[in-house]
Amino acid sequence: MSTSAALHHEDLHSAHDAHHEHHHHETFISKYVFSQDHKMISKQFLITGIIWAIIGGLFSVLFRLQLGYPEATFPWLEDLLGHWAKGGKLNPEFYYALVTMHGTILVFFVLTAGLSGTFANFLIPLQIGARDMASPMLNMLSYWFFFLASIIMFSSLFVQTGPASGGWTIYPPLSALGDASSGSKIGMDLWLVSMAMFIVSSLLGGLNYISTILNLRTKGMSMTRMPLTVWALFFTAILGVLSFPVLLSGAILLLFDRNLGTSFFLSDIVIGGKILPNEGGSAILFQHLFWFLGHPEVYIILLPAMGMSSEILSVNSRKPIFGYMAMVGSMFAIAILAFLVWAHHMFVTGLNPFLGAFFVLLTLLIAVPSAIKVFNWLTTLWRGNIRFTPAMLFAIGFVSMFISGGLTGIFLGNSALDIHLHDTYFVIAHFHIVMGVASFFGMFAGVYHWFPKMYGRFLNNTMAYIHFWISIVGAYLIFWPMHYEGLAGMPRRYYDFSMWESFKQFGGLNEFISFVSMIVFAAQLLFVFNFFYSIFKGRKVTSTNPWGANTLEWTTPIRPGHGNWPGEIPEVHRGAYDYGKDGREFISQIEPVGENESHH
Amino acid sequence: MRTVAMEQRKKIHPHKFTLWVAIASILMMFAGLTSAYIVKRNQANWLSFELPIAFWYSTAAMIASSITMWQAQRKFKNREIPAYRSLITVTFILGLLFVALQVVGFTILAKNGLPMNKNVAVSFLYVIVGLHGAHVVGGIVALMVTFAKAFSKSVRNYNSVPVDVMATYWHFVDFLWIYLLIFLLAIR
Repeated sequence: MSTSAALHHEDLHSAHDAHHEHHHHETFISKYVFSQDHKMISKQFLITGIIWAIIGGLFSVLFRLQLGYPEATFPWLEDLLGHWAKGGKLNPEFYYALVTMHGTILVFFVLTAGLSGTFANFLIPLQIGARDMASPMLNMLSYWFFFLASIIMFSSLFVQTGPASGGWTIYPPLSALGDASSGSKIGMDLWLVSMAMFIVSSLLGGLNYISTILNLRTKGMSMTRMPLTVWALFFTAILGVLSFPVLLSGAILLLFDRNLGTSFFLSDIVIGGKILPNEGGSAILFQHLFWFLGHPEVYIILLPAMGMSSEILSVNSRKPIFGYMAMVGSMFAIAILAFLVWAHHMFVTGLNPFLGAFFVLLTLLIAVPSAIKVFNWLTTLWRGNIRFTPAMLFAIGFVSMFISGGLTGIFLGNSALDIHLHDTYFVIAHFHIVMGVASFFGMFAGVYHWFPKMYGRFLNNTMAYIHFWISIVGAYLIFWPMHYEGLAGMPRRYYDFSMWESFKQFGGLNEFISFVSMIVFAAQLLFVFNFFYSIFKGRKVTSTNPWGANTLEWTTPIRPGHGNWPGEIPEVHRGAYDYGKDGREFISQIEPVGENESHH
Repeated sequence: MRTVAMEQRKKIHPHKFTLWVAIASILMMFAGLTSAYIVKRNQANWLSFELPIAFWYSTAAMIASSITMWQAQRKFKNREIPAYRSLITVTFILGLLFVALQVVGFTILAKNGLPMNKNVAVSFLYVIVGLHGAHVVGGIVALMVTFAKAFSKSVRNYNSVPVDVMATYWHFVDFLWIYLLIFLLAIR
């Protein structure tokens, strides 16, 4: 037994050495395309995510055009979209497709794959001191499944009957019956197949992140010394691995209903005057399966942003993060509660009010760990020696958005209030601020902070500051007024509000929101320009640790090769947040603890 | 380098650990399906029916294959390569037999007037058993790789990790099937 154990150790050892040697003989294909280097895979996720973000963002501008200017016609729209915008006016069917694809793209392809895929891949091995992921092969497959999912979803935009249009939540029966709408035809099948590929990609990624964090930490890197980014990515991966399979099971059942004549979600349906034979199905069952993923998904999107913001706030306040263990504990609590609140999306489906009361209680409980986190961020900033780098501004913006959007969650979590607010613009405002904009800010903070590590160059600061101020002011100008519209009962997903006497009063406001959204979209294009311009022309990084940070990624060479550290992986002697200790600005994690060093 | 690598190794090989996380993930999918099954059963329009006899034979094949897999793993560790090769071959054949018997079971069901779209209860059986079958097929593909490796080289490399990972996955699909069978028998 002992010999075989020793032999397997030997094998692992040679595997490690093999990694180490990799970068000496790489072709273009193995370096940039089918790369197994976690840093390259991370960049692949990021750039694919950016392309999707431009597409998804453009869709929102197009449907905001309809909402803001319902009477106007835009001849160029017809040139762009053909029969979907006859006479320069968006077709209502296509409007729904745009809304659906905007949600799908932003929630899954940008803020899940683009965010977790980028930063889990980039930061986990670098910050825990590993040469690569536990399985670089699975990691590469994870990206290529995402790529496949992307190709399928993108091609669905060009089918004749249009892409899926039943909302990003794809509730049956609309999504289960090809005759229900033009977007329920082949576009819906492509959506489901693409999502199945996407789920496989997420699972392969998640498996790797979890095993890497638990098994490949360098000497001295105990769990409680890990940076909060790694903790956040760890909880994110656990949520994904346990919740995505449930969505997959729902998607499989839906595919059967669509194509093989089963009735999991269908019962007593009359369509076009024809009675369908389907009996015994339940549309509500799908909602349970969907939201069992759908709610954890919110935290899959949000947790990485929380982790990165925590790190960036501490580094740029030159202060330790306030309450490290409380931060970890509150993320753990959020991860647990994430699985127990899904039915708060279903208060108005006829859910037993008695059962609803439990979901209200559990939902409101999330306010506790969330508040702990907010206070810890604020106390980290408090009396800090703050450096307003672009990353820092976005991290502070994240906290601002998380507070504003989180507070409205307390309104929506009440089942009684939800009867009025459900499916109104209040909900749109809430989740865009707390999940969409906040996570985007976390992602931008991460890109601005780690771009020097990724490409060995800095992003342009002037463009970055313009990007930040337009984004934060714009985001509030877009989403704040939506609360009022929602309180007045204005429903989401409607094509044209000018037909209702009660919503006509919001015509001017809608126009204003649409106008601002175009400016904010333009500011994002500025960021995209800055990003690609700086990869080639940005100011070069000249020191290994430009931000004066403690974590391990800044102990690697300016542009680390495959294997990350040219020599031995450094040993870790302390936590990640020794800033401003004993009069020293920062103390790297690899520095041994001195004899007379004080305790924080 | 050596000390660092030693430190990184911990108690469990990362690939084995990754498999356990993957198993948790697969279990969640079946948890989703079986809980949907329970919810649906308590609603109107549920049909109770007997499972086809072929499922019992397939269960026997599955259990037998788990035993041969377990023995194969032991022989590999004792470096009895000829015995290992024949046991892997038997496991592979038993796996194919299992899948074939599941298909026979569904053919019998359809012949007895219970096609997939007959009733949601039957549909669930097709989906749950079918998805389990897909996981067994995945295992068979992995077995083919193990099989090819066992015969291609003179097995000079005694690294047992791939064999261990294979065996763990194979026992998992076995246990999963037994759980699903008991579930489907108990809740009809």
